[in-house]
Amino acid sequence: MAAYIGTPTSRIDGHAKVTGAAKYAAEFNAPGLAHASLVTSTITKGRIAKIDASEAMRVAGVIDVITHKNRPTMASRDKAYKDDVAAEGSPYRPLYDDEIKFNGQPVAVVVAADADIARFAASLVRVEYIEDPFVTDLLEQRDTAHEVERPSRPRGDAEAAFAAAEVRHEADYFIPTEYHNPMELFATTVTWEGDGKLTVYDKTQGVQNVQRYLVSVFGMKPDDLKVVSPYVGGAFGSGLRPQFQVALAVIAARALERSVRLVLTRPQMYGLSYRPATIEHLALGAKALGPLEAVMHEAIAQTSEYEDFNRNDVAWADQLYKCGNTRYSHKLAKLDVSTPSDMRAPGAASGVYALECAMDELAVALKMDPLQLRFVTYSDREQNADRPYSSKKLRECYRQGAAAFGWEKRNPEPRSMRDGSELVGWGMATGVWEALQMPLTVRIVMTANGHAEVSSATSDIGTGTYTIMAQVAADMLGLPIDNVSIKLGDSTLSESPVEGGSWLAASVANSIATTAEAIRKTLLGVTKTMPDSPLADAKPKDVMLADGKIVSKKDASRAIPIADVMRAGKLDRIDQKAAAPVKDDGKYARNTHSAVFVEVRVDEQIGVIRVTRVVSAAAAGRILNTKTAHSQLLGGVVWGIGMALHEETLTDHRFGRIMNANLGEYHMPVNADIYDINCFFVDEPDATINPMGIKGVGEIGIVGVAAAIANAVYHATGKRVRDLPITIDKLRRD
Amino acid sequence: MVRTIEATRPISESIPTPPKIKVSLKINGDLKQLQIAPWTSLLDLLRDTLDLTGTKKGCDHGQCGACTVLVDGRRVNSCLTLAVMKDGSEVTTIEGLMADGKLHALQQAFIDHDAFQCGYCTPGQICSAAGLLAEGKAHTAEEIRELMSGNICRCGAYPNIVAAIQQAMSAMGGNS
Repeated sequence: MAAYIGTPTSRIDGHAKVTGAAKYAAEFNAPGLAHASLVTSTITKGRIAKIDASEAMRVAGVIDVITHKNRPTMASRDKAYKDDVAAEGSPYRPLYDDEIKFNGQPVAVVVAADADIARFAASLVRVEYIEDPFVTDLLEQRDTAHEVERPSRPRGDAEAAFAAAEVRHEADYFIPTEYHNPMELFATTVTWEGDGKLTVYDKTQGVQNVQRYLVSVFGMKPDDLKVVSPYVGGAFGSGLRPQFQVALAVIAARALERSVRLVLTRPQMYGLSYRPATIEHLALGAKALGPLEAVMHEAIAQTSEYEDFNRNDVAWADQLYKCGNTRYSHKLAKLDVSTPSDMRAPGAASGVYALECAMDELAVALKMDPLQLRFVTYSDREQNADRPYSSKKLRECYRQGAAAFGWEKRNPEPRSMRDGSELVGWGMATGVWEALQMPLTVRIVMTANGHAEVSSATSDIGTGTYTIMAQVAADMLGLPIDNVSIKLGDSTLSESPVEGGSWLAASVANSIATTAEAIRKTLLGVTKTMPDSPLADAKPKDVMLADGKIVSKKDASRAIPIADVMRAGKLDRIDQKAAAPVKDDGKYARNTHSAVFVEVRVDEQIGVIRVTRVVSAAAAGRILNTKTAHSQLLGGVVWGIGMALHEETLTDHRFGRIMNANLGEYHMPVNADIYDINCFFVDEPDATINPMGIKGVGEIGIVGVAAAIANAVYHATGKRVRDLPITIDKLRRD
Repeated sequence: MVRTIEATRPISESIPTPPKIKVSLKINGDLKQLQIAPWTSLLDLLRDTLDLTGTKKGCDHGQCGACTVLVDGRRVNSCLTLAVMKDGSEVTTIEGLMADGKLHALQQAFIDHDAFQCGYCTPGQICSAAGLLAEGKAHTAEEIRELMSGNICRCGAYPNIVAAIQQAMSAMGGNS
C-alpha cells in the first residue's frame, strides 16, 4: 500500500511550527530556573592567569560565577569526551583547565536569576591571560600540512599521464571557512529533577550521542540523565557533536543543584564548529577529444591543534568520470582554532566545487561544451573499487536538466550573451553524494482502537523526519496518517544514530517497515487461532495491513479487521521493536547524483552578480515525500548560492579573531537574492540499495551548485574566480 | 566542592540593577500590567517573562528578523525594541494570529507551500508577512522578495515563502 509514500504530504509538525507551539531547546521552563551567560576568551592561545569575578558577583541577582577553578568534577581521560562523531585527537573540554586553545573559548559561566542580569554581570568579569604565539591562517600554514590516510588508492600513473596529456588544466581553488548559522541560537535548558537527576533540553542532531557524552564526562548513571530535543531550529551538521553549551549548562546545574538555561549569543556560536577553509589543488589531463587521461586532486584543509577533522574532498572523480590514472591526497594544517565539523555535504561541497570548476576549465581548453565533456567522460562504474552502482541515473539528470534549462541555446563564447546592461552567463556542474543506511531501531505500539505510536531517538532538524515516519508507518500499518503519532528527539526512545549524512530517511523508513512486518506476523499468528479464518492458510508474505484490516494480497475479500484480530487474541496493544538489517556487501557503489544548470546576470559596470535561474535535476532513489524532499533540494541550492557569492568568515590573523561573527557581516542569502529555482527528481528505482530503495536527499542539493555558478560567472564575464566567494572586487582584479 | 574564587559578596556593596518600571501592554488582546526593567527587550519580555516563546531569538541584533512581531499593526524587530518604550501599545505575536481556533490565511499557506523546514524563522516570517500585507506595498513576487528580505531563512525556503504569501494575498482578497 502506498497511500502516503511518494505523495506531497504536508508536514505533520506544520501546525505546531506556524502557531509558535513547537518548543525548541531554550523554550522549556522549570521552577527556579536560573540563566547563564558566558565569558569567552579574547586571546587565541595561552593560559588564564587570573579571573576576577568579584565585581560580577556583587551584581544583585547574580548566583555564581563558575570557572575552571570551581567547576564540578569532570572526567580526566580523553576517552570520556569522545562522542560518536568525534574526530581523531583529544577533544576540547569545556571549562576544564586554564589552557586556551582558540579565540572565543568559554572561560567563565555567570549564573543569575534572570538573563539580563547574567549578561550584564558577565561583562564585569575580568580575565588576565598569558598569551602564546599562535597561527590561524591556512594560506600561511599550507606547507606545514600533514597527509591524512584516505581509502582512495591511486590508480595508474597520474603524474606521467598528466605530463603526457594533450590538454592540461591545473589550478588551486579555495573555499573559505563557512559557518552553519542555523537560525536557532545554540541553547540548552537543564532541569534539575532532584537527587541529581537531570533532563537536558538541547539543540542537537543526536540525543543519544549527547546523553552518552554527558554521562561519561560527568560520571553519571545513564538513568539519571536524559536528553530531549523535539524540535531543532536548523543544524546542518553543527548539532552532530555535543557542543560546549550543553556541557556548560550541565556544569552550572550540577554546581548549583538547580535548573539552568544557557543560550549562546550569535557571536559565541563562531567558537563552535564550521566548514573548514580548504585549498583544493586540481590537475586534469585529457586527450584532444575529451577522454580523461589523468586526475590529481589534493585538498589542504585547516583543522584544530587538538583534533584532525577531515572528510572525503578528493575522491569524487572516481564516482563521476572515467579515468585510468588518478591520485588523491588530503592534508591537514593544524591551526589554533576550534575543530571544524560536518557542514551540509561535508567534503563534497568543497571538493566537488573544485572538481567541477576544473572540468569546466578543461572543457574551455578542449573547446568542448562542458555538458558534452560530462557525457564523454561518464563512468558507469565506480572506479576505485571497480564496481557497478546500485543505480545511477546521472545521464537522465543531465538530459532532463539541460532540457528544462534550455542548455542547447547556449553560445559557448564568454561574454557573448547579454541583456541590457547585464552580461548573461550559463554554467553547469555535477553533484554527487553518498547513499548510506545506518542501524536504527524503531518501536511501534499499535492499539486495538487503530492507533499506532511510532518512535525512535532520532531527530527532525527541519528535514521532515516526523512526516516521513508517519507516512511510512501509515502505509505499512494500513492506517490513516492521522492515526499515527510520532515520537523522536528523546534519548530514552529506541536506539538511533545521529541524524546526518542523508542516511536517516533510508535508516528509519526501512526499520519502520521491518517493525511493521513483525506486527503483521503477530496479527497473522492470532488469525490462525480464530475460527473460520479466511487467512487460515496465508503466510506472512501473502498478507498486508490495509484500511484497518489484515488482508490477503491476492484476494482482497479475504480480510479481517485488525480490531477483531486483537480482540480475538485478547491484545490491548501490540508492542514491537525492530531494526532493519543494514546490508552492504561492498558489491555496489551507493550514491546520489545531480546535474545543476545556472544562469547568472552580471552588471557590467558595477559587477553585481545575480543568480537568476537554477535548474537542479537529482537522482536520489525513491522519494518518500515529494513536497519535503523538494524543499531539501531547494534549500541545498540556496546554500550553494550563499557558498558561491556570499559566505566567508574573515579572521584578523594578527589577533586570531573572527571579524564578522554575526549575521549582519557574515553574509547569507536573503529572499531578494533568490530568483527562479527549478528542482526536481528524475525517476530512479533501486531494488538493490535497501528494501525500500531510499537514498536520502539532505546533502545532494548543495553539491555542484557553487561550481555551476562560478562556471556561469566565467561564461558571463570571461573572468575565472577560483577563490570563493565570488565578490565584486574579485571580478575587477587582474 | 572547593570554591577558590576569592570574591565574597558583602550585601552593602552590591551593584544594583536598574529599578523596574510600570508598563501596560495589550498582548494578543490581553491587557497586561507589567513591571519591566528598562534594559529588557520586548523579545525577552515575551519569551522569558510571558512564556510566549513563539517569537524567536536568532541574533538579538536586528540582523535576522526571527523576532518580528506586530506592534500597533506594524512589523518590528522585538529584539531592538525596549519593552518600556511600547507602554500602551498593542502587540501581536504568532500566538495571537489564529482567530476562532482557525489558522490565519498566512499560517495555512505556509503549511501548504512547505514555506519552512526547521520552523525557527517561521513565526517571524509570518508576522513580517502579515505586516507586509497590511502595508499594501507588495504587488509582485519581486516586491515580496525585496520587502521580506529582513527575515533570513537559513533552510532556504524563500521561493516557497513567496508562494505562500501570494496565496494568502489572494485568499485575503488583494494585498491591502
